[in-house]
Amino acid sequence: MAELSYLEASKQAIAEEMRRDPMVWALGEDLGRGGVSGQYKGLIDEFGPNRIADTPISEAAIMGAAIGAAMMGTRPVVEMRFSDFALCAIDELVNQAAKARYMFGGQARVPVVVREPVGMRGSAAAQHSQSLEAWYAHIPGLIVILPSTPADNKGLLKAAIRCDDPVVYMEHKGLWALEGEVPDDDDYLVPIGKARKVRQGNDLTIVTWSATVHTAAEAATQLSAQRDIEVDLIDLRTLWPWDVRAVLESVERTGRLLVIHEAVKTGGFGAEIIATIAERGPRLKAPLRRLGAPRVPIPYSPPLEKLMKITPRQIVETAKVQMQA
Amino acid sequence: MAKAHASHNLDVDRYLSQFREMHRIRAFEMTALQAVDEKLVLGAVHPSVGQEAICVGVCDNLRRDDLLLSTHRGHGHTMAKGASAAAMMRELLGRTGGTNHGKGGSMHIADFDVGMLGANGVVAANISIAAGAAHAIALKGDDRIVACFFGDGAINRGPFLEGLNWAKVYGLPVLFVCEDNRYSATTKTSAMTSGAGAAERARSLGLNAREIDGNDIVRVDEAAREMITEIRADRQPQLLVTSTYRLLGHSGFDRGQYRPDAEVDAQWEHEPIRRCAALLKAAGVRDAVLTSIEQEAKAEMLAALEEAKAAPWPAPEIAYDDVQDVGAEKMEHAPWLS
Ligand SMILES: Cc1ncc(C[n+]2csc(CCOP(=O)(O)OP(=O)(O)O)c2C)c(N)n1
Ligand SMILES: [Mg+2]
Repeated sequence: MAELSYLEASKQAIAEEMRRDPMVWALGEDLGRGGVSGQYKGLIDEFGPNRIADTPISEAAIMGAAIGAAMMGTRPVVEMRFSDFALCAIDELVNQAAKARYMFGGQARVPVVVREPVGMRGSAAAQHSQSLEAWYAHIPGLIVILPSTPADNKGLLKAAIRCDDPVVYMEHKGLWALEGEVPDDDDYLVPIGKARKVRQGNDLTIVTWSATVHTAAEAATQLSAQRDIEVDLIDLRTLWPWDVRAVLESVERTGRLLVIHEAVKTGGFGAEIIATIAERGPRLKAPLRRLGAPRVPIPYSPPLEKLMKITPRQIVETAKVQMQA
Repeated sequence: MAKAHASHNLDVDRYLSQFREMHRIRAFEMTALQAVDEKLVLGAVHPSVGQEAICVGVCDNLRRDDLLLSTHRGHGHTMAKGASAAAMMRELLGRTGGTNHGKGGSMHIADFDVGMLGANGVVAANISIAAGAAHAIALKGDDRIVACFFGDGAINRGPFLEGLNWAKVYGLPVLFVCEDNRYSATTKTSAMTSGAGAAERARSLGLNAREIDGNDIVRVDEAAREMITEIRADRQPQLLVTSTYRLLGHSGFDRGQYRPDAEVDAQWEHEPIRRCAALLKAAGVRDAVLTSIEQEAKAEMLAALEEAKAAPWPAPEIAYDDVQDVGAEKMEHAPWLS
């Protein structure tokens, strides 16, 4: 174990996978100087400019070229900078990468990892703050991963690189500096599709992912200390495939479910979770509920931006309502 | 590069006014960067320090009702088109009275009253939008034109090809302006760009293209005037490629350490305000006049910052305004939390 940041953990994952498999390479804007947040800093010294490849500002070509290279058996890590700019390459990802295997009758495999950080961070405003994970979960053929801790950012990124299908890998821009224990093991993999139990409790199930895991953990601590409400907190980690069993097992125990995400609530992945659980029909003690952002582009001004964020207070208040029901 | 201009018949009044405008832009951005350091501005601020001659030389030749589309590095274009620096500063601080009511910030400043249709956070996205704005002008049949600025990095995205082709196919009045400051964030653009550059690419699509020294205010002013006059008359798109240099980091958060100090220091010798000052002095303008213009610009922007600091924060309700007419959500996304 070593104490690493979320950013360092991802860099370790890439370096280990590149050492292990010469077919792994990364491409994107500014990678030679470490990438926009320093996620690739120093990697060019070890792996050279062919495997830590600078690109033009050509998102569509970055994605398209990566898909071609992936079909040829290499394993590209595509750096899109922010999920907002990945929208410039949505045809390549959705019409091409996600469908090639199926459409070509199983002849093609597209083992790309598309790194596209999400989330609000300090007045980044409408075109640099979005959390669009639900879009990708909707697309057959794609895997969708959102790590919340340094250890997961190592283990899940390594698993994503080894995955033979296209993976949309969404780190949170607000977590780069978060520190935590990370296994040194070269083969430390976190299985895709398995949730993590953050906290054990029998009163209320909370399901969330990405940075909101930390907001929910703070709320859960307050609920336990101040109200004797024990939260069963689940970090979903992977949106597709998602761990239905873990959530169902928990809700069957607590009878209460709250799903929380930073993304817009309307049409968000919370709706899918709530609907799936409702269909399974566990015995419930309170209505199934969601917290998410209002359906508003993210504003710049700090007090307005703040209104778009889930707070521990909202979670505590919602939990209290759930417990009274 | 820094070749001195023959100072005979220099239009001193014109270039004194452009000198003043360049200083206002410089002072605005240096003040904004100070506000970033003081955490009064949290969002990204991309300074155009060193590129002011392009902003002023082009926009000074536009009419107020002409249209402008800009980039993430857009303060200079916006000010030169006539937007209020005080309102822009309030926008950067996210306050009431900002150009965008605090919803956009530096990267999305817009002022439709002066024909400024928006800075843009997505590189090259403004190019096809500019073609569309000109398309509307053609449909309406008036004589306005559109100016569209973008960086050297933008020419490697699809909208450059698609937007220029579109403008030429439909015969649309757009002056495209490429500000070649040699860098795309931390990347030397030349290493990632094939061929002879933006001008050749535009010519291959049938556009007239000119390449000039963008740090020479007189060159920019003259080229822009000629091209804008032609475009207004013949309604055909053209491209002006201006060579310049980004003297500061990519944004307020970037110290630009990937560039050798010597390279940057040498470029300060060629920066446009200093060169304009030399021309004006050669034409007989006294030092004291130039210094007082600089000082006035700094005082104006410091006052704008003080005034912005005193401006109130926007009311929470406005976060929910202007999303859409039908179906806009109010604050009821968690109705159980009254
Ligand atoms: C489509 C897209 N890709 C990447 C970015 C991130 N980005 C912002 S500015 C920039 C560099 C742009 O370079 P250039 O066009 O030369 O303009 P300059 O910054 O030099 O003015 C990059 C890569 C973006 N905003 N949009
Ligand atoms: Mg540039």
